[in-house]
Amino acid sequence: MTTRTTSSAAALTAAGLLLTACGSSGGGSGQAGTPSFEGRGPITYVAGKDTTGTVQPMLDRWNAAHPKEKVTFIQLPTDPDAQRQQMIQNAETKSDAYTVLSLDVVWTSEFAAHQWIDRLPEKRYPLAKMLKPVVETSRYRGGLYAVPSSSDGGMLYYRTDLLKKAGVAGPPTTWAQMTAACAKVKKLPEAKGMSCYAGQFQKYEGLTVNFAEAVNSAGGTVTDAAGKPDVDTPEAREGLDFLARSFKDGTIPKKAITYQEEDGRQAFQSGDLVFLRNWPYVYSLAQKSGIKGKFAVAPLPGLNGPGSSSLGGHNMAVSSSAKNKATALDFIEFMTSEKNTRTLLEDASLAPPYASLYDDRALVGQYPYLPVLKESIVRAAPRPRVVPYGDVTAAVQQEAYAVLNGDKSSAQALRDLQKALGKAVAR
Amino acid sequence: MTEAVAPPGAPTQAGPPVRRGRATAGAGRLAALLVSPTLLVLTVVVLYPTLMALKESLYGAKGLDPATGFISDTEPFVGLGNYAEIFGEAGARFWNAFWNTTFFTVVTVGLETVIGVAMALIMHRAFRGRALVRAGILVPWAVPTAISGLLWRWIFNSDGVANALLGQQILWTTEGFHAKVAVIVAEVWKTAPFIGLLVLAGLQVIPREVYEAARMDGARPVRQFWHITLPLVKPALLVAVLFRCMDALRMFDLPYILVGAQKHSVETLSMLAQNEASNVRFGPASAYAVILFLYVFLIALAFVRLLGTDLAGGAPGARRRGKEVAA
Repeated sequence: MTTRTTSSAAALTAAGLLLTACGSSGGGSGQAGTPSFEGRGPITYVAGKDTTGTVQPMLDRWNAAHPKEKVTFIQLPTDPDAQRQQMIQNAETKSDAYTVLSLDVVWTSEFAAHQWIDRLPEKRYPLAKMLKPVVETSRYRGGLYAVPSSSDGGMLYYRTDLLKKAGVAGPPTTWAQMTAACAKVKKLPEAKGMSCYAGQFQKYEGLTVNFAEAVNSAGGTVTDAAGKPDVDTPEAREGLDFLARSFKDGTIPKKAITYQEEDGRQAFQSGDLVFLRNWPYVYSLAQKSGIKGKFAVAPLPGLNGPGSSSLGGHNMAVSSSAKNKATALDFIEFMTSEKNTRTLLEDASLAPPYASLYDDRALVGQYPYLPVLKESIVRAAPRPRVVPYGDVTAAVQQEAYAVLNGDKSSAQALRDLQKALGKAVAR
Repeated sequence: MTEAVAPPGAPTQAGPPVRRGRATAGAGRLAALLVSPTLLVLTVVVLYPTLMALKESLYGAKGLDPATGFISDTEPFVGLGNYAEIFGEAGARFWNAFWNTTFFTVVTVGLETVIGVAMALIMHRAFRGRALVRAGILVPWAVPTAISGLLWRWIFNSDGVANALLGQQILWTTEGFHAKVAVIVAEVWKTAPFIGLLVLAGLQVIPREVYEAARMDGARPVRQFWHITLPLVKPALLVAVLFRCMDALRMFDLPYILVGAQKHSVETLSMLAQNEASNVRFGPASAYAVILFLYVFLIALAFVRLLGTDLAGGAPGARRRGKEVAA
């Protein structure tokens, strides 16, 4: 590198630094209230990498119909943390590079509280046709800040062939039934070396999902509707104890403490597990594996009856520093329409927000798990809807992991968690 | 990630006094003019970000207005509050990360040095297939750290290659000392070739005659190594070790990818800064980054002053500015 290029590069960097310095100090006008959605013209749609190739054809259809309001697809990394990072950077620098954001459901509160996304007019969108828990994920303090584009819920995968052989009538609806069914299956010669159950217990977001499911399925909560932590309860302890006990007595295999979604799927497909808690995406992959036709799905079991899943999925929001917001509103309407969410289900197996699609004959033929998934979503409890979600999920992972590892009693962990959550939310 | 860790060692001597009898005022001015572009670049790419990080570390996180539910637009000025918090309330986590960082640095750099020198000696030998061995040794260094993190995570999986070889069921990615071992193994695998490469460069400038003379005097290979090779290769080795130390102190991606975030057994100072930044608390994140910067800077300074690491590329052992180190 010659000196000349270095100094010109340095000059560029300096200019860039000055620009960002000016840009980031220029805030102050973000007044609350419903913003005016004005301006039409080209916009961008920002989401994680589209691995199935379903998004671009949709955008092409939009662009053909709106030649003056073309949408450019900006693909971010597949890692959700990296996506969030880049969206925050865009918002903090008040850049207009991003218009419509595809947000993970747990980011809604944070993005809304920071006023990185605009409050949307409710009347524009067919929210009444959507499943209620799904719509709830796009609200912050009663206001609508995003529109659901896809959902996701946990289901119980189980080995039909083994259950039948062991004389178990159907899938379990309670944890006790699951353990009992498993004990029967374990007596079979072909179940040699199998473990009963696994979910996602590595110290990452999946653990928060599984912990919240265990707590909610026992009638407890992590945070109440207003986002206040309320986890130091007997119900929550019942839920956490189920997981801790299962680790202790071998119902969950020791190595499941390192499991993420994929590890569990591999174990289930290679015949190591009788029951598995996982997302719908596993279904079509397992149908192509060695256990094809030997498994089915059921709603998650709970303490005294069917359990309660955590919700996944994505919502679409408008970046507050964007231009051409009128186009953005139309585009969100287009993307979250029944027709397009149906396409997303057919081509990318993303669960739709619309209730009607789950009862569609043709779709159920293609995806036999849809009725179960609908049940799972209707009964679902959202993960804590709090502004500092990163701190909350870190605290949950910290305590839950300590309990599953046997380093802490569940009572102590929940006391500590209540304290930690109180501190995080009060920040 | 807001990496405010500027490459230390840069501000060695910006414009040493010209000691050449009588330097005219004109020559001095010309010298100043000639180094000014360099100084300008250094100011822009080193000094300015460092100062900005320092300034940012004096501000707290934005607060939430309970009435509206919105986060305020401005960050409150908290002075040294972030630092007080790091050494007070968040002390346990900070010191844990500090010791992890130090432990990783000492252990990995120690192992890398031994293995790297051994690699260099092998690569230096003339034998058939040498080119292949050299290329092979360099492969780990060529792999991006993030990728090698994924690779090793796969090796250290509960049903992975490592457990199959050991014949045990060690859960490498759970909390505990074994997680540290996993990080150290992956780090050494990746970076020993770097030391090997720099030491090889140092070996190749040692004249053969020195070894011939030693053989004539009846020195054994081991003795030759301790008395000839090591002292002569020392300048190159010290630079390599300094670079590795600075890199290891800033270690982030390997533990983050291999073992995971929020794992206290392998949490380093960089991970703490990243964690704060990812939770939109740029002030505390900068405070961590500043502390890490000072730590790295002190270590680099110690190298240059105490061990006489020669970064300016002069003749080995020519300009001793610190203590006289007997070679």
